[in-house]
Amino acid sequence: MARMTMIEAIRDAMDVMMARDERVVVFGEDVGYFGGVFRCTAGLQQKYGKTRCFDAPINEAGIVGAAIGMASYGLHPCIEIQFADYMYPAYDQIVSEAARLRYRSNGEFTCPLVVRMPTGGGIFGGQTHSQSPEALFTHVSGLKTVVPSNPHDAKGLLIAAIEDPDPVIFLEPKRLYNGPFDGHHDRPITPWSKHDLGEVPSGYFTLPLGKASIVREGKAVTVLAYGTMVYVAQAAATETGIDAEIIDLRTLLPLDMETIVASVRKTGRCVIVHEATLTSGFGAELAALVQEACFFQLEAPIVRVTGWDTPYPHAQEWDYFPGPARVGRALVDTVEA
Amino acid sequence: MTTDAPLSLHVPEPAVRPGGAPDFSNVKIPKAGAVPRPNIDVEPESIRDLAFSIIRVLNRSGEAVGPWAGLLSDEELIEGMRHMMTLRTFDARMLIAQRQGKTSFYMQHLGEEAISCAFRRALSPGDMNFPTYRQAGLLIADGYPMVDMMCQVYSNSRDPLKGRQLPVMYSSKEHGFFTISGNLATQYIQAVGWAMASAIRNDTRIAAAWIGDGSTAESDFHAALVFASTYKAPVVLNIVNNQWAISTFQGIARGGSGTFAARGLGFGIPSLRVDGNDYLAVYAVAKWAVERARRNLGPTLVEYVTYRAGAHSTSDDPSAYRPKTESDAWPLGDPIIRLKNHLIMRGVWSEERHKQAEAEILDTVIAAQKEAESYGTLHAGGKPSARDMFDGVYAEMPPHLRRQRQQAGV
Repeated sequence: MARMTMIEAIRDAMDVMMARDERVVVFGEDVGYFGGVFRCTAGLQQKYGKTRCFDAPINEAGIVGAAIGMASYGLHPCIEIQFADYMYPAYDQIVSEAARLRYRSNGEFTCPLVVRMPTGGGIFGGQTHSQSPEALFTHVSGLKTVVPSNPHDAKGLLIAAIEDPDPVIFLEPKRLYNGPFDGHHDRPITPWSKHDLGEVPSGYFTLPLGKASIVREGKAVTVLAYGTMVYVAQAAATETGIDAEIIDLRTLLPLDMETIVASVRKTGRCVIVHEATLTSGFGAELAALVQEACFFQLEAPIVRVTGWDTPYPHAQEWDYFPGPARVGRALVDTVEA
Repeated sequence: MTTDAPLSLHVPEPAVRPGGAPDFSNVKIPKAGAVPRPNIDVEPESIRDLAFSIIRVLNRSGEAVGPWAGLLSDEELIEGMRHMMTLRTFDARMLIAQRQGKTSFYMQHLGEEAISCAFRRALSPGDMNFPTYRQAGLLIADGYPMVDMMCQVYSNSRDPLKGRQLPVMYSSKEHGFFTISGNLATQYIQAVGWAMASAIRNDTRIAAAWIGDGSTAESDFHAALVFASTYKAPVVLNIVNNQWAISTFQGIARGGSGTFAARGLGFGIPSLRVDGNDYLAVYAVAKWAVERARRNLGPTLVEYVTYRAGAHSTSDDPSAYRPKTESDAWPLGDPIIRLKNHLIMRGVWSEERHKQAEAEILDTVIAAQKEAESYGTLHAGGKPSARDMFDGVYAEMPPHLRRQRQQAGV
């Protein structure tokens, strides 16, 4: 075990897999010599050589398209899109190609590919460095979508993603890279070195894709969250004193319905929190699934707390961000409903 | 107050529209044998003119001439002609089958048979093509079973792709034929990535990317050229310029660039233009480009100058956008007739043998079609099960799909 930031844990996962498996290659914009703008690949080129870890031209469609070719060859590329907001030029490659190779070729060609991308706001990144496009991926058949919330999970899930035989979108909440963030932007941040989940097993270890984690047990209401919102929800529960059960989904697709359903059947109430915009967000899918499975146990309407349906603003970052006050109000309303 | 004259937008137009007399005076055709054959390790800078000329081997009297000639034996040429004739007959039968309602859609190769048939011959086992929907000659010339192709076209119970893909979007790893997307240009950059992987692994396999003139306008084409150029990927970048993208003439994609091959020059990629209706020239240039890739000399861009004599697909009528007689006026002729004349001139073929070969091939294709139809056609007979629809989305079926399959009752 070692104390790590999320950046170090992600790097460690790639390091472990590059050492174990020669088929693993890493590339993207500024990823090689410099080690990535968030430093997630620092030192990998030095250690594994520049044909295993290298800089790519600024062309996201090219990065993903080339990686699909490599994956179909038999490599296991783990590539970086510098910000999830830059993913759109590659969307056709992800949706029409990576996600469908196995299906359309009846298994002759497959795409064991991981596309890593920093996601979410809270860093004053404005509309081009803050988005949470997870619903654009969960809507696509053939993809898996993972959103870790801490160094421990990030490492175990990333290794599992690299080993997965199908394409995995790996969204890294950038506001969590250096420490858990509960939405209180005016308070000093806790570094991962002071958090239990900054404790990361050394060497090879995996967490299964499709397994959620109950980060806080409770009886009054179930909160479904992922990424940064896991900590916001925890702060909201503590501050309102509501006995909330908080589930960190970890993987959005495949989704751990068993854990979700067991919890909502127990609490009878459900609040869904995500940073992405509301309309057609992943929360809509969660709400539909929960009511389908738990309708007769529900004692209150399912509530969503999300980013507003606007582009991610700059100056108004904290008006947009669904912080602990908004989540807390939703908890109170839902429990009192 | 400005004294500048008002701006106006330039929208290119083809030389002729329906009703006009076909005019290919803008297609400058050098004499066969006129273009030199550089060494494969040539400096790209020194062969810039090859991007503006046309490499040709067969001249108007059917002789093979010049530095690109003399690479194939009589037997190989006869086999090549049989491949082209088979592809043409296959197309003709499948077109009729589509008209008879046995499938939803079809795309033929009429006039373009030499390109995929001759190119296949230049590759080795283990190499990979990333084809478009008009390179089925890669399969025919590699001996992929015609019955399997037809079963795919019919989406029947023996369809190797289980009815999941549009007709003609074949896939065969064994025959070096990557699963066709149907989205345009996406696979050009994938071919480059596949070739990069071969180089990363220090293997000896090379890739061939395929695209049409119209799709070179897609961003993915430019992505592919950047990556191929930057990493010197072992890939042959093929552009089939058949003059028409459905109803849009090639000038809309080409813009102010003199030729499509010239697109490669800014990337420092050796770029050649070749007579796409000349089996010998296509093979010679393909072999040159494949050897460059194999010797780790990097990518080559090849523009095949040809003409789409048929419709784009079974869903359009060319007489609505180009003169009906345009294909007869195409100055590079028909690839099968040209190779036939060459073989006759060499004394190894005759009109009688050609007719006989046509009849044999038709029999073979009809026999394959009968067998394929015994496994079903799109709307009749055997077809893939609804259960097949749910398989293969992932290596392992996730719970939500299992639930949906149960709901579907299959």
